[in-house]
Amino acid sequence: MTAMTGMSAGPGAVAGDLREIEFRDALNEAMSEEMRRDPKVFLLGEEVAEYDGAYKVSRGMLAEFGPRRVIDMPISENGFAGLAIGAAMMGLRPIVEFMSWSFSLVAADQILNNAPKMLYMSGGQYGCPIVFRGNDGAGGQLGSTHSWCVESLYANVPGLKMAIPSNPYDAKGLLKTAIRDPDPVFFLESERMLAMKGHVPEEEYLIPFGQAIVRREGADCTVVAFGRTVHFAMEAAEVLAAEDGIACEVIDGRTIRPLDLDTIVASVRKTNRCVVVDQSWSFASVGSEVAAQVSEACFDDLDNHVHRVHADDVPAPYAFELEQAMLPNPGKIRRAVRSACYRD
Amino acid sequence: MTPTMPKPAASPGAAESTFPSSRPLPAGVAPETIVSWLRDMMLIREFEVRTMQAYQEKKIGGFCHVYIGQEAVAVGCTAAIRPDDPMITAYRDHGHALARGMDPRHCMAEMFGKIGGCAKGKGGSMHMFDRANNLFGGHGIVGAQTALGAGLAFATKYEDEVLRDGRSDRVTLCFLGDGALNQGVFHESKNLAGLFDLPVIYVVENNGYSMGTAIHRGTTVAHDLSVKAQAYGIEAIEVDGMDCVAVYERMKAFCDRCRETSRPGFVDMKTYRFKGHSMSDPRKYRTREEEAQYEADDPIGKLKTSLVSAGVLDEAAVKAMQKEIRAEVRASIEWSEASPAPGPEELYHDVYVEKWGPYTGTSDPEMLREGGER
Ligand SMILES: Cc1ncc(C[n+]2csc(CCOP(=O)(O)OP(=O)(O)O)c2C)c(N)n1
Ligand SMILES: [Mg+2]
Repeated sequence: MTAMTGMSAGPGAVAGDLREIEFRDALNEAMSEEMRRDPKVFLLGEEVAEYDGAYKVSRGMLAEFGPRRVIDMPISENGFAGLAIGAAMMGLRPIVEFMSWSFSLVAADQILNNAPKMLYMSGGQYGCPIVFRGNDGAGGQLGSTHSWCVESLYANVPGLKMAIPSNPYDAKGLLKTAIRDPDPVFFLESERMLAMKGHVPEEEYLIPFGQAIVRREGADCTVVAFGRTVHFAMEAAEVLAAEDGIACEVIDGRTIRPLDLDTIVASVRKTNRCVVVDQSWSFASVGSEVAAQVSEACFDDLDNHVHRVHADDVPAPYAFELEQAMLPNPGKIRRAVRSACYRD
Repeated sequence: MTPTMPKPAASPGAAESTFPSSRPLPAGVAPETIVSWLRDMMLIREFEVRTMQAYQEKKIGGFCHVYIGQEAVAVGCTAAIRPDDPMITAYRDHGHALARGMDPRHCMAEMFGKIGGCAKGKGGSMHMFDRANNLFGGHGIVGAQTALGAGLAFATKYEDEVLRDGRSDRVTLCFLGDGALNQGVFHESKNLAGLFDLPVIYVVENNGYSMGTAIHRGTTVAHDLSVKAQAYGIEAIEVDGMDCVAVYERMKAFCDRCRETSRPGFVDMKTYRFKGHSMSDPRKYRTREEEAQYEADDPIGKLKTSLVSAGVLDEAAVKAMQKEIRAEVRASIEWSEASPAPGPEELYHDVYVEKWGPYTGTSDPEMLREGGER
C-alpha cells in the first residue's frame, strides 16, 4: 500500500527531496530522534528490544540506545503501563508500545484512571507526559479480541489526547509532537499501514495537534475521516468524481482530541453536506461525536443530516468475506456520500 | 471464634490499662526525634477524630477512611526513610500525608472540598498529594498504586543510571492494604520489581480486613504472606505495626538494605484499624472483644509509656503536647472553613498542562506556592 498522491507532501517538503520510507520507519525515526534529543525519553513494551519490535517498528533501537532505554517488558500490560505512568509522574517521558491497542484493555485502569486524571486529582501537582502507541483496528482476520478500534472507547475521557496518523509523513510529525507533549497521548497506528511508503523529508518537522488537513478539495460533500479510513475516503472520492460527478472535500482529522472542528465546519459551510467515516462501532463513537458537533455548528448550513460510515455493530468476524463486509470501505463511503447528496 | 488476626502481645488484663507496657527506646536515635514520632501519631489521631466529626456534620463528603489505630505504620516508616524518597499509598491516606509533613490545614481543606486543599478540592479524602514532600498520592483504586510505585522506583534508578550517571540510592515506599494482595496489578508489579531490581518496598498494611472480609476469607496462605513475595524473588519481613519503634527499627534496616542492593522488599505490617472501614460501617464482621484487645495495644499509648518510663517525657509534657495538637487541628478546621470553595474557573483548570479549547492549563496549589510553611 502506498500513500496516495497529494497525501505525503508536507510543509517540510523540499524540492528534489523525494525520500520515501515506510510508516514503521517514520515512527522509528520519530522515537529515535526524540530519544537523541531528550535522555528522559525511553521506550518500553513487549518485544520492543531484542526482537526489534513485534512489528519491527523499533528495529535497531536497542543497538543504538541500549537496554536501559529500550526495555523489553513481560506480558503485563496493566503492570508496565502503570510503571510507565509512575515514571512519568517523576518527570520522565516514557513511550509505551502496546503490541496492539486490543491488549490495552487489560491496562484500562492504569491508562484511563491514572494517566489522564493524575493532574486533576492532584490539583496540578503531578502531570503525566507519556505516549501510549500501537496498532489499532482490524489487522486482517484476527478475530474479535484482536481487532479493537479503541478510539471511541478512549476518546470519551478528558485529560488525554489522541492522534491517529494516516500516512508516514504525519506519523513522524505527530509522534514527535506526542513525545514532547506534556499530557498523555494515545497514539493509534494501524498494522495494515505499517508497510505503507510515503514521502518523509530528512530534515526535522513537527505537526501540531488539533490541525486537520484537507486532503482533497471539493464543493459538493465534506468527508471527514481518521487514520486508515482516510485512504478509503480518497478512493471513494475518486470514484464519486469520475462516476457520479460529485466533488468530495476529504478532511483527514489527524487528531481526535483535540478535534479540529474549525476546519471541518469551514468545509461544511461550503459543501453543505457531511459524511463522517469512523472505523469503530457507531454507538457513542467518534463518528457520532463529530456528527453531533457538526450538526450543532452547521445546523443552518446543512442540506441533509450528517451521514456516518462505521464498522457494523457486530463483533469483528474472522472469515475474510464477513470481515470485509463489517469494516468501512470505499463502497460504503460512496453510498453514504450519494445519499447525503440525494442521489439515491 | 475463629482466630482471624494474630493476637496482640498485650496480656488479657491490658484492656483496662491506658498505657500498655513500655519497651526500650532505639539506640542511636535522639530522644527529641522519638518525641516527634509520638507527636506525629497524636496529631494523626486527633486529626482523624475531628475528621470523623466533620464528616458527621456533613462538612466532608464522599468516601472517607480514617487511619486511627494504624498511626505507627505511617510515622515509623516515614522516620525510616529520607525526605527525597518517593512515597505512595492507597485511599486511607491522611496519616501518610501528615506523617510526610503536609500541613493539616491543606489536608483538612482537601476533604472540605476547598481551594486551599492540597489538590484544590479536586481530589478529596482519597487523593492526598504533596509534591514538596514526595508524596505521590493517595489512590482510590485498590492496588493501582502498586504499579505506580514500581514506576517511581524505576524512575529513581533511571535518573541515576541514564540522566546523571551517579547513585542517589533512593528507595520508594509503596503502601497497600491487605485487600490489594489479591489484585492482579500487584502481582504484575511484584514481578516487574523483581525482574528489574527496582528499589521499591511494598508495605502491606495488614489490618486483617478489607472492608468486611477477614484476610483469610479472601487471601490464600494468609498466615504467611512472605510466600507471596518469595514467588517473585522478593525478600519479605513481618513487622509489628502497632509499635512505632519496631516499625522504625525494622524498616530502617530494611530500607537501608534496599538502597544498598536495589532489590525490592515486601513487608507484612501487622496492624489494626480501630474504627470502621469508612464512615458507614457497623462492624458486624468482627467482635467487640477483638477490637478491645487491639485498642489495648494502642501504638500511641505504647510509645507514650516508653518515653515516660525512659524519663524523656512526663505526663505534664504529654498533656501540653496534646493541648497544642488539639489547637492545631482546630485551627486547621477553622482555616478550611474559611478557605473558599473552588470557583467555576477551576473546573477546566488542571485537566491538561497545555491550554487548548476550554482548558485553561494548570498551576500549583496554594500549598506549594506558600512553600510549605507550617
Ligand atoms: C478496584 C477496586 N475495587 C473495589 C474497591 C472498593 N473498596 C474500597 S476499599 C476496599 C477494601 C480494601 O481493603 P484493604 O486493601 O485491606 O485496605 P484497608 O481499607 O483495610 O485500608 C474496597 C473493596 C475499590 N476502591 N477499588
Ligand atoms: Mg485491610
